[in-house]
This record gives sequence, structure tokens and C-alpha cells, in this order.
Amino acid sequence: MPQAAQTAQTMIGQSNPTAIMFFVAFVVSTLLITWWAAKRTRTTKDFYAAGRSITGFQNGLALAGDYMSAASFLGIAGLVSTKGYDGLIYSVGWLVGWPIIMFLISEPLRNLGKYTFADVVAYRLNQRPIRAAAAAGSLVVVLTYLIAQMVGAGTLIKLMFGLPFELAIVVTGSLMIMYVLFGGMIATTWVQIIKAGLLLSGATLLVLLTLNKFNFSYANLFNQAAAATPAGQKFLEPGGLVTSPIDAFSLGLALMFGTAGLPHILMRFYTVPDAKAARKSVFYATGFIGYFYILTVTIGFGAAVLVGQKVIMGIDKGGNMAGPLLAEALGGNLFLGFLSAVAFATILAVVSGLTLAGASAFSHDLFVGVIRHGKASEKDEVKVAKIATVGLGITAILLGILFKGQNVAFLVGLTFAIAASANFPALLMSIMWKKFTTAGAVTSIYSGLIVATVLLILSPTVWVDIVHKSEVDAITKQVKGIEDAAKAKIGEIEKQKAPGLDAAKMAEIDATIAAEKKAVEAQTKEAKAAMPKAIFPLKNPGIYSMAAAFLIGILVSLMASDKVAESKYEAQKLREYIGVGAED
Amino acid sequence: MSKKTVHEILEDEDFKALSSQKNVISIILTILELVLYFGFIALIAFNKPFLSQKLSGEGATTIGIPIAVGTILGSWVFTGIYIFWANSKYDAEVKKVKDNIIGG
Repeated sequence: MPQAAQTAQTMIGQSNPTAIMFFVAFVVSTLLITWWAAKRTRTTKDFYAAGRSITGFQNGLALAGDYMSAASFLGIAGLVSTKGYDGLIYSVGWLVGWPIIMFLISEPLRNLGKYTFADVVAYRLNQRPIRAAAAAGSLVVVLTYLIAQMVGAGTLIKLMFGLPFELAIVVTGSLMIMYVLFGGMIATTWVQIIKAGLLLSGATLLVLLTLNKFNFSYANLFNQAAAATPAGQKFLEPGGLVTSPIDAFSLGLALMFGTAGLPHILMRFYTVPDAKAARKSVFYATGFIGYFYILTVTIGFGAAVLVGQKVIMGIDKGGNMAGPLLAEALGGNLFLGFLSAVAFATILAVVSGLTLAGASAFSHDLFVGVIRHGKASEKDEVKVAKIATVGLGITAILLGILFKGQNVAFLVGLTFAIAASANFPALLMSIMWKKFTTAGAVTSIYSGLIVATVLLILSPTVWVDIVHKSEVDAITKQVKGIEDAAKAKIGEIEKQKAPGLDAAKMAEIDATIAAEKKAVEAQTKEAKAAMPKAIFPLKNPGIYSMAAAFLIGILVSLMASDKVAESKYEAQKLREYIGVGAED
Repeated sequence: MSKKTVHEILEDEDFKALSSQKNVISIILTILELVLYFGFIALIAFNKPFLSQKLSGEGATTIGIPIAVGTILGSWVFTGIYIFWANSKYDAEVKKVKDNIIGG
């Protein structure tokens, strides 16, 4: 059977007829669905919310489809295959927001809103300023996430199929526009459901094939993983991912509450008939997503043993091809083709969901809520949503190409930090707190947005790794130069040591070496002192930006009370808890 | 839609019981989830040696692996508990409030 040595010859990166066949089958069937959905998409309720016809189970799959991106499938498997246990830690963070959505958000969201989460925030408050702020929060989240996904899509498709980056982005963007433009939420939901089904079954099959190699024993898999990797036993222990506790805490907060503030996720709760189905769908989604991460982690460990880190990192430094390589090793070209097509479908489905969420923030919140003061015909609203879809799609294509080759990993961190700080606090306070005011909500949203963005720019992730990258590189090079020169010099001095030399002479040489070493140390220290430092110390600003959004929202609300909003709280409460008057 | 005003419904004992029970369950489960996840993060941050212990003498598997997987499964179990409570208790209470007070 294929072992590490043989898998070095891989079909990855070449045009793969099997992959193309599977992918064409996916595209054709999803376009047929879009055509079918287009005939059923007439009203705003159809376009934004699939006519509220999706069941709890279906929506659970669709939510999982929206959330399980190619980045998490390929990225987490890659992280586990190269970093072991740290990859597992990372995957846990992506799941823990879902119970929060269930306990605090899903039912009130469904009962109080219509199409976007701004409906809930604006329920008792002054429509126009709230809708403008919420649309800003949604659009920034959608755009940053969309750029990250697009650049990831271009890179991954290039890696998998050998397709040029720009072409990959244009294909992805065009298909995404078609799904959303013609099929609205009905098509987008079914694309998500099919993709989730394909991804879960593909990953399950890969895990079964993997475990088969280890006699279906996880203990066996871990033993061999520790034996096969240079890190050894350390491969199964927490490593360098979590360094400072506050950094870990801050990232954890952003991941957890950011999930509960993602517009494309929140929007899905309007596709089900009632709050009961909304809550059910979170249960299914959490189960599917948790199961998916366990599969992904298994794939990562399996790849570390059966493919080998050297081969994985030889193809892509980040390890992104660990999953496809493992599929190729265990199921040949056919399985590789299938899995590559599934990864492409995954990218496509996620960007479609994002585009739809962006388009609805634009038309439902900005156009109808702000520009038209809440009064627009359904026809106009759908028309604007469709124009926004095309506009967003083209913007995403252009930005994806513009950001080619850039390090966009920080954008995912930014997305979650903003979602956790701009969207989540305002949503939660509008549901739970009677005294929440329009001014409080607006200042909370904007401060969350601004604090998260500014702090992330000043953080090591952007300030050091991106803004001052050339300086960091120059200094790293300089330090290496100093060290190399010193090594050579010390080597020269050591050559003077000859067996017959007397003790005094030997001591003299050793002293010279020691002095030289000391001088080098001082030199490198001096060079490193010029290294740019981040103005804000944490890698993710979540803890500060969330605190700012909550504090400012509370303080501003307490400064000037809003009697009208308070008087509407009773009606909101009745509707929130028992669904009387909820949109159907 | 009703004989009673919204205010009267909110003052009704049944509604009060229903809303406060839901708040208690939601908040308890949210706190449990926070403790579960940030407890895990705290272990990584402050007690790496604990997570690095081997499960058994001969195997390489560390305690950290079942703990991480347990955090994932635990989160799902919490959502299951909520669903179980909501489907069996809450929905019945909501129906009662709707029938007795509003529809009555």
C-alpha cells in the first residue's frame, strides 16, 4: 500500500479529469436547483428567507454548510498534521460559539426579526440610525470574510487543480453571483445542504479509510503519530499556540461570540417556520460541525503518519494539502478528485451565503430602512437586493484578485473580532435589556467596529507581520548575517587549536572565542532592538473591543433614557418568549 | 387578539414562571459552556503538564486529547439538554399561556 515514499508523486496541482468531472456534476446539479428555485423566488420572503420553508434538520445542515469552510476543512487538517495537538485546540474554538447562539440568540432572533439581525436591534429603537449602523457592521464582516475566502479559494484551487489564481476567482465569483441572483435563499440553502452532505460524507469516508490502517484504534493512530513525527511525544501535547493566557482568552472570546454575530449565520434563522425549528436547527448544526471537526482532526493525524510531514509541507508550507494527499494515498486518483471537487464546492457555498447576507444588509437595512424610511415595495426591495448581489460579487472578485499573494489570515481574525464586538453586544442587549436605547445601540456598534479594527491594525498580526514586514525581514536577515559571519570567524579561530598546543595558548584561544561570542550576542541584541514592536500587544483584540462595545452601550443608554423604547419592551417580551406576532 | 392587555399577560403568574424559567436555563447553560471552554483554555495556558500526561503507561495518547474532544462533545450535549428541556417543558408552557390567557 502507498506509504510516505510513494505519495511524493502526487496528482495534486495538475488538472485532474476526475476532479473536473465531479465538479462539473456539482455545478450542473446546483444550477438546476437554482433554475428550480428561481421559479419559486418572487417575494422578499422567498429571496431572503426561502419562504420560511426550511425544516430544522435542513437548516441545521445548511448552517453547518455555511460554517464549514474550505479553510477549516483543509486548514485545520493541515494544522493538525504539522502541529499536532495545537491544531486540535484551534478546532475546539470554532465550535463553542454554537451553544451560545442556541441559548441566547436563536429563538428571540426568529421571533422578533424578519430577514436580518438588524430587525431585532431596531425592533423597539429608532429605525434609521440602527439600520445604518447594523448594516455597516454586517457589510464590514461580510466583506472582510469574503476577501479572506476568495483569496483562499484562488490559492487552494490553484494548488489543487493548477488553475490560474485569477481564473479560479472569476469562476468562483460568477457561480456565486448566479446562485444568489437567480435562486436567492432557496438556491443558496440547497447549495449549502448538498455541500454539507458531500463534505461530511467525503470526510467520513476518508476517516474510515484512515482508521482502517490503524485497526480502527485511535490509540494506535496516536502512538504511530508520535512515532512518525520529529516532534515525537510533543506532537500530542499543547505546544506554542497558546503563549500568553490573555491572548488565548481574547481569541477565544472573539471566536465564541463572533460566531453568534456572523450575519450570514444569523440570517439562516429566518428560513425556518418558527422558533422551535430555529432552536432545533442549532442542535443539528452543532452536532454536524462538532462531528466534522473530529473528522478533520483525525484526518490531520492520519496524514501525519500515512503521508508524512515532509511530503505535506513540501507541497504547501501551511499543510493545506494534508487532506487531499491523504485521500490520494488511500483512495487513489478517484478519491482525490472527489475530495478536491468537494473542497471547491465548499468554497462556492460559503461565499454564496456571505454574498446573500451582504445583499440583504444592503437592500433590507440600507435601502429600505435608511434611504426609503421603511417604505418600499417588495418588487423594489428584491430588485435592489439583486443589484447589490451583482455589485458585491464583482467587488469580491476584484478584491480577491487585488489581495493575491497577500497574507489574509488576519482578515479571519478581524471578521470574528468585529462580529463579536459590533454585532453581538448590540443584538444581545436589544433582546435582554429594557433600558437599551437607540444612542446606546448605535455607539455600541460603531465603537465595537472601530475599536476592533484599529486594535487589530496595531496588533502584532498586522503592525509587525504586515505593515513592518520589510523591516522585520531586513533585521532577521541582518541578524542571520551577523551570526553567520561570527560562526565562520569562530570556526577559523578554532582551527588554531592543534593537539600539541600548550595549555596557556589553548586558554587564550578559548578566551578569544568567548569574547567573540559575547560581541556577537551584543551585536544581535542591538540589531533586534530595532525590531518593530506592535503598539497593541495582543494578537486578537476581542477582549478589549467587546468590553468597549458593552460598556459604551450600557453607559450611553444610562445617560439618557428612551421612554418610547422602554414602553415597547413589554410587547417585545411577549413576542420573544411565546412568538405571538412573529413573522410567518 | 386577546381579552387581556399585553401588560396583563406579562403580569400573569404563568407567563412570569415561563419567562424566568427560560432565562434561568439559558443563563445556566451559557455559564456552563463558558466554564467548559475557558476552563480548557485555562488548562492550556496554566497547566500544560497536566494535559501532557499519558493516559496509560504504554500508549502515547495524552489526557489532553480526550479533554479537547470532550469539550466538543460537551458543547453538543449542552445544546441537547436545552432542546430536551424546551421540547418537553417550555413548548407546553407556551401553549398553556397561549391557550389560557390569550386565546381564552
